[in-house]
Amino acid sequence: MSGTGIGARVLRKEDFRFITGKGQYTDDVNRYGQAHAVFLRSPHAHAEILGIKLDAARAMPGVIDIFTGDDLAADKIGGLICGWMIHSKDGTPMKAGAHPALAQGKVRYVGDHVAVIIAETQAQARDAMEKIVVDYKVLAPVVAMADAVKSGAPVLHDVAPDNTVYNWALGDEAATQAAFAKAAHVTKLDIVNNRLVPNPMEPRAAVGDWDSGQDAFTLYTTSQNPHVARLVLSAFIGIAPEHKLRVIAPDVGGGFGSKIFIYAEETVCVWAAKKVGRPVKWVADRTEAFLSDAHGRDHVTHAEMALDASGKILGLRVKTQANLGAYLSTFSSCVPTYLYAPLLSGQYDIPAIYVEVDGLYTNTAPVDAYRGAGRPEATFVIERMVEVAAREVKQDPAEFRRRNFVRQFPHQTPVIMCYDAGDYDAALTKALEMSDYKNIGARKAESAKKGLLRGIGFSAYIEACGIAPSAAVGSLGAGVGLWESAEVRVNPVGTVEILTGSHSHGQGHETTFAQLVSERLGISIDNVAIVHGDTDKVQMGMGTYGSRSGAVGMSAISKALDKIEAKAKKVAGFVLEASPDDIEFKDGKFSVRGTDKEIDFASVALQAYIAHKFNGQELEPGLKESAFWDPTNFTFPAGVHICELEIDPATGVTRIDRWTAVDDFGNVINPMIVEGQVHGGIAQGVGQALLEGAVYDASGQLVTASYMDYSMPRAGDLPSYDVGMTQTACPSNPLGIKGCGEAGAIAAPPAVMNAITDAIGHEGIDMPATPLALWRAIQKAAPRAAAE
Amino acid sequence: MASVTLSVNGKSVTRDVDARTLLVEFLREHMRLTGTHVGCDTTQCGCCTVHVNGEAMKSCTLLAVAVDGATITTIEGLAKGQDLHPMQAAFREHHGLQCGFCTPGMIMSAVDMVRRKGTDLDDKTIREELEGNICRCTGYHNIVKAIHYGAEAMGKAGTAAE
Ligand code: FES
Ligand code: FES
Repeated sequence: MSGTGIGARVLRKEDFRFITGKGQYTDDVNRYGQAHAVFLRSPHAHAEILGIKLDAARAMPGVIDIFTGDDLAADKIGGLICGWMIHSKDGTPMKAGAHPALAQGKVRYVGDHVAVIIAETQAQARDAMEKIVVDYKVLAPVVAMADAVKSGAPVLHDVAPDNTVYNWALGDEAATQAAFAKAAHVTKLDIVNNRLVPNPMEPRAAVGDWDSGQDAFTLYTTSQNPHVARLVLSAFIGIAPEHKLRVIAPDVGGGFGSKIFIYAEETVCVWAAKKVGRPVKWVADRTEAFLSDAHGRDHVTHAEMALDASGKILGLRVKTQANLGAYLSTFSSCVPTYLYAPLLSGQYDIPAIYVEVDGLYTNTAPVDAYRGAGRPEATFVIERMVEVAAREVKQDPAEFRRRNFVRQFPHQTPVIMCYDAGDYDAALTKALEMSDYKNIGARKAESAKKGLLRGIGFSAYIEACGIAPSAAVGSLGAGVGLWESAEVRVNPVGTVEILTGSHSHGQGHETTFAQLVSERLGISIDNVAIVHGDTDKVQMGMGTYGSRSGAVGMSAISKALDKIEAKAKKVAGFVLEASPDDIEFKDGKFSVRGTDKEIDFASVALQAYIAHKFNGQELEPGLKESAFWDPTNFTFPAGVHICELEIDPATGVTRIDRWTAVDDFGNVINPMIVEGQVHGGIAQGVGQALLEGAVYDASGQLVTASYMDYSMPRAGDLPSYDVGMTQTACPSNPLGIKGCGEAGAIAAPPAVMNAITDAIGHEGIDMPATPLALWRAIQKAAPRAAAE
Repeated sequence: MASVTLSVNGKSVTRDVDARTLLVEFLREHMRLTGTHVGCDTTQCGCCTVHVNGEAMKSCTLLAVAVDGATITTIEGLAKGQDLHPMQAAFREHHGLQCGFCTPGMIMSAVDMVRRKGTDLDDKTIREELEGNICRCTGYHNIVKAIHYGAEAMGKAGTAAE
């Protein structure tokens, strides 16, 4: 079975339906008698609602009903929650303002939800929406973080009079101060991590349904974690108890974090289905996605790095302002804290680190996890700092990194994490070779002849994935455990169904999970079905994000397969009349050690169900096992990406010439899929560095709310990628997997910006380095030279 | 209301629709051909690409009444039963899709690209020609590869001229 087992480049099982147009996304779900919902959104960044007039809208053709925040409150539907408690350094809990699904008295960002119109068709709902009259008292908005903390700034939430959610810190301040006191050189840098909009190509959507006979709800939704959605909608928002609420996430068209969260729209759709006695469907248009999907990143940081005379890093000091938007989204609070600061040690042995993070409210869309979530922000800080430090002390950036690499494992950093395994030298050496680094000088000269600026930039990233050990995250404030569940159902004919709490939104679980089963049970992947995304089928699970589905989800499957194998050996023992201890299982066959007596897996499955060879007192019939896997540690994928690019100083246009990626993901199930994840991640990282940026104007209007205004990376903006791997098995899970889903997005931005600053010869440029920004930066440095 | 008659994937259909009905709505809602997707509202992403009288067009920006009488091919009409079109096969073979949401539009655009540019497509041409199709998952690397080999396969199979 090696052809379809672990490590094989198996073509994806799910592809047939996608390439033939038979995928089933939420917008493809149509329930009999469904009505359509459209949300009236705030046109103001900050305003009080003095009154809402619905009469004219109610009289419009096709309108079934219209609801506002008062209706939700009357039904005791709770607000949206943030599931991770962060404490400020003075010990006070974070200041979480109420987050009603439909506004109550006040709107806090453009796109905030004011009312929902339910009509026979979407077009009729939109027409009726035009007739709603809302009397707003417009308030001054807070848009920039710098303004949020000024005294006398407008206040978003009464609980946070200084618009500050928390002032959080991590690390040893005194030890870090001492490190700086003895430094031979200090590198200082101001760093902006630009705000992004995740933009999965499938917009969010929801279909709520209510069964009057059972008083039970079904919600179809674009979710990366349907069980968490059910838990929150049930236990916190109060839609219905969990056994009366089924959440189905069918095929999901990308997520990148933005479909983790529990939003207003699905909450309202499922609630409204009972109110109107009809299924209620909502599908976001792209502008709504820009306005109301949780955004990503948006940090402003000042960082300082202390070095000794030889270029060894002694300490790192970081102060970050993190924009959390107008409300705390589901996991927003942990992103700029526990998913950020613990990664600031990078791949380096840094004795002392101190990080302070202020989480701030502004009148902008909520900000939460986006591919990498905190780790790209951390990597951007440390990898820019290291590159600039190397330049300042006149050392080769690759060798400067090598001098400071962690070499002993396990390695305890000063910021929580204990790196379990890795070989950073190996990845760097391989990347230098693949990128032909030794000839960069000649290539730069060649570009210069053509009047172009060539630059090379490194990014030696590390991330913490396989999220996460439940007790550990619990001690840091998480409201949930982060294990994963699996159930293995062997049918009497030997085919297998795997029920998993992970949920693919493009990662190819139907293939990779089947490969694990194929490897372990010696059966064809065609005989394995993966069941996911439905809370009525899979009992409980935590979903897919944080590169966890391999390391955590598959570990749960592996554990359940251990139990299947143990039980099947007992069955085989009865059939072959031998002790289970003497039964060997290999290549799909059970045999009695030292004899030629054997039976294949499918026959054992049949025997388990017909139960003729044993009785129920000796052994329970059937072959079905389940397991929960709680990781023992985070996993630590790491690698080196090298970006080489050319800039035309006359236009500021950047062309990426080559991209080298060497990643250590531990053991790999399907290299084809892993490489695809790397490609996609790099594209998003390059997008952040060169093209993308969510821009609010001074009044709080999102001026980048369509693909005409927000520059998505297109094929012509990107290179092909040269992807290589090194491998150190991960000791923290049974499969040795580290995870690969976020690496590219984490690694890429500093690689690009280090290359750009190398090319232009100074550090005065922020992301996105658009042609205009670059042209200006080049002019600033050498106005005459560029003009000549 | 307006009456619209189209030939969709080889079948003639007539429907009375609201005059503002877009072609993509006609396909998705009236014909339940949900393989054609909607990813934006500004004609930028290409998720909705179908063939109208043999040419790739974005069905999100066409009124159904405006193409009355046209022959439409959607992603559902590309394979002959279980026999995949060479371009579909190439996307699978070269891992040119992840979440699959952009994929129908990508494939329909790619087939049209071959019709216009021939079966020998270099990377630069493919990347330029994909200007109207956005994919957020793949980073395009494998899409470019898939289209290159798909075009080649279309040449060999003689489907390029269709
Ligand atoms: S949906 Fe037609 S171009 Fe985006
Ligand atoms: S495969 Fe997901 S958008 Fe292209």
